[in-house]
Amino acid sequence: MNQRARIAWLASVSVVVLAAATFYGVAQWHLTEQARSAPSAVDVAAATVDGPRIVFRNTALGEGYGHVASVPLENPGGERAISPLVCDRVDATSVRTACLRVLRGVLTTYESQLYDAENRLERAWPLPGIPSRTRLSGDAELVATTAFVTGHSYATVGFSTETVVTDAAGRSLGNLEEFALLVDDQPVLAADRNIWGVTFTDDGRTFYATAASGGRTWLVAGDLEQRTLTAVKEGAECPSLAPDGRRVAYKKNVGSGGEVRWSVAVYDRHSGEETVLPITQNVDDQVEWLNDETLLFGLARADAPGDSDVWAIAVDGSAAATIFIEHAWSPAVVR
Amino acid sequence: MYISLRDATPKPTPTARRTGTRVSSVVITLGIVSMLTDVSSESVSAILPLYITGVIGLSMVAYGFLDGLYQGVSAFVRIGAGWAADRGGQPKWVAVFGYGLSALARVGLLFATGFGALTAVITADRIGKGIRTAPRDAMISAASTPDNLGRSFGVHRMLDTVGAAIGPLLAFVILMVIPDGYSTVFVVSLAFAILGVALLGLLVPGNRRATAAAVASGSVSEPRVRFRWAQLRDPRLRKLLIAAGLLGLLTIGDGFIYLLLQSRGAFAAEFFPLLYVGTNVAFLALAIPLGRLADRIGRARIFVLGHLALLGAYVVAAIPVSGVAITVLCLLLLGAFYAATDGILAALASQFTPPEARATGIASAQTVVAVSRLVASTGFGLLWFVWGRESAITGVAVALAVVIPAAALLLATPRRPRSVAE
Repeated sequence: MNQRARIAWLASVSVVVLAAATFYGVAQWHLTEQARSAPSAVDVAAATVDGPRIVFRNTALGEGYGHVASVPLENPGGERAISPLVCDRVDATSVRTACLRVLRGVLTTYESQLYDAENRLERAWPLPGIPSRTRLSGDAELVATTAFVTGHSYATVGFSTETVVTDAAGRSLGNLEEFALLVDDQPVLAADRNIWGVTFTDDGRTFYATAASGGRTWLVAGDLEQRTLTAVKEGAECPSLAPDGRRVAYKKNVGSGGEVRWSVAVYDRHSGEETVLPITQNVDDQVEWLNDETLLFGLARADAPGDSDVWAIAVDGSAAATIFIEHAWSPAVVR
Repeated sequence: MYISLRDATPKPTPTARRTGTRVSSVVITLGIVSMLTDVSSESVSAILPLYITGVIGLSMVAYGFLDGLYQGVSAFVRIGAGWAADRGGQPKWVAVFGYGLSALARVGLLFATGFGALTAVITADRIGKGIRTAPRDAMISAASTPDNLGRSFGVHRMLDTVGAAIGPLLAFVILMVIPDGYSTVFVVSLAFAILGVALLGLLVPGNRRATAAAVASGSVSEPRVRFRWAQLRDPRLRKLLIAAGLLGLLTIGDGFIYLLLQSRGAFAAEFFPLLYVGTNVAFLALAIPLGRLADRIGRARIFVLGHLALLGAYVVAAIPVSGVAITVLCLLLLGAFYAATDGILAALASQFTPPEARATGIASAQTVVAVSRLVASTGFGLLWFVWGRESAITGVAVALAVVIPAAALLLATPRRPRSVAE
């Protein structure tokens, strides 16, 4: 092939490839615009929902996608009220809503926000990376946020999370990675320690979370005053404390032979008994207690990118999980 | 005492001192290939965490555990590919294979839905990157003359970093226009990867240069000199590997420096996810000027001075002062560090290796640096926790301040007759 033929080939390849990519992009843009301006794929309530309710991220295509929505506790499958708040992760109490957001733009950044009961912004502070988990304490005076730390183009440290507990005034009570981690009364000093998925108790001081190091994970009991994390049990991630304050539900790896598959397990702190629930799907969410008998968790839809459902399962393991709210993610029960 | 490299360069005339020799079109083409490929790979890596967590709905925990594995695989692949390039005398086709593998991985990305498939695709991409780097750098050095080697690598790294800066911006613009438009990002990324491979395959000359080298050494009819490991026994290469390894052991990941800046200033905290863009901009702006300077005053000298910039970045990050200016200064110093060391290391390694073993020599130096930096980041993470971050960075800064003069001594050799210095 002579030089001229080579340049002709290169020009042809460039034209074809760029035209194809542009065509694909424009087609996708059209589809998205259509979907975005279309009415919501689910029934939407005109009024807001007051009283006991479930607050979640709406993932139904059409108007209101990505907004915080709520349904009454007694009718979760019914029409949903869609709020103006846009969140990627959300937790709510009757006093406050915690919201983690991706601020999309040419320069994409991430933010943690607190809203009052009337959806007015109270506080906002930057997150170091992609939103992962957020939980409020029962009185909404403490908020925990977990973000995947990104932006390390040249970093070789690999994956890391940052979990911070902040009070309602926006003051940081500490990055949990700086707390002392104790496993079998021995401090763990490894550099790859990661802490995520906080769930608060009601005393305004202690909490549970996940600690990981060297490929192992632990359910840890944390103390904001002593700045310690003490391992309670190995192999538990993203804990969620039951309303009775005695049981903890968490993700548990039930895969075999190196394969990772997460199910949900419930651990009774008094009896030490662990019940693994009969879930066939791979769960990757911080579960939420609907009440003392039922757990809620989100599952992504394999056939529809960006869509998900909230599922429910009985804590005694007596039945398989069923869909609780369609097209929803990040459920929070407001009692 | 003189840095030996200076003696290796023919004494430039006053005009040549200013303008230098023009950079070969092969180097520029290779730079554009890297730029296209970096647009392709960086656009995907910028949005991959969002895609994994937001769309596939998986946490990044398992992904993180695998990250360490890639580093190891990539180091072995790199030396293997360097060896294959030298052994077969076809660095271009080894590089094409590496670029092609990464492009194929982009096709896989369009169809990968599960975590396992995604992991396989990302691994293939990184292996492709490990394969292509050393043969490509060997081609850059073969297409350069001894007096413009630093500048050639500077031009290449500048173009490469332009791609690394454009990629994430392009990806985020697509996501801004098309929310959840991840598949569009993947398609665009594939398009750039194909353009890169096509440009390399069609316009970069293959083994013709090997023939040219043979012509130059007056052995046209003779078979090519075969690669032998013994060709890597040059004491200057050994000293370079030791010095680069020692310095690498004190080169902590940028992430730690960003975390320090973030902990102190509101500006750095808000733009934390974008700080690496600032470093890239400084890198691309300084790559050519520092490459040219290296050709003039000695590459080893610039390589050592680059680590002084790194030391400066540590100091700036350690002092309890915050503000926009401090953050910008720190990113500028980091960018200067990369501009003074990344391409220059390859230039130095190729200088100390005969052409037949060049890709292996470059790969060895890059692997030493990659492995020692991995050790540094792991060790520093431990210090970070045990000592606290300010003390940890101060400790590393002090150690670096001690090692830099030692490395300078190691890389400097007494003035020798030019014939001995090659």
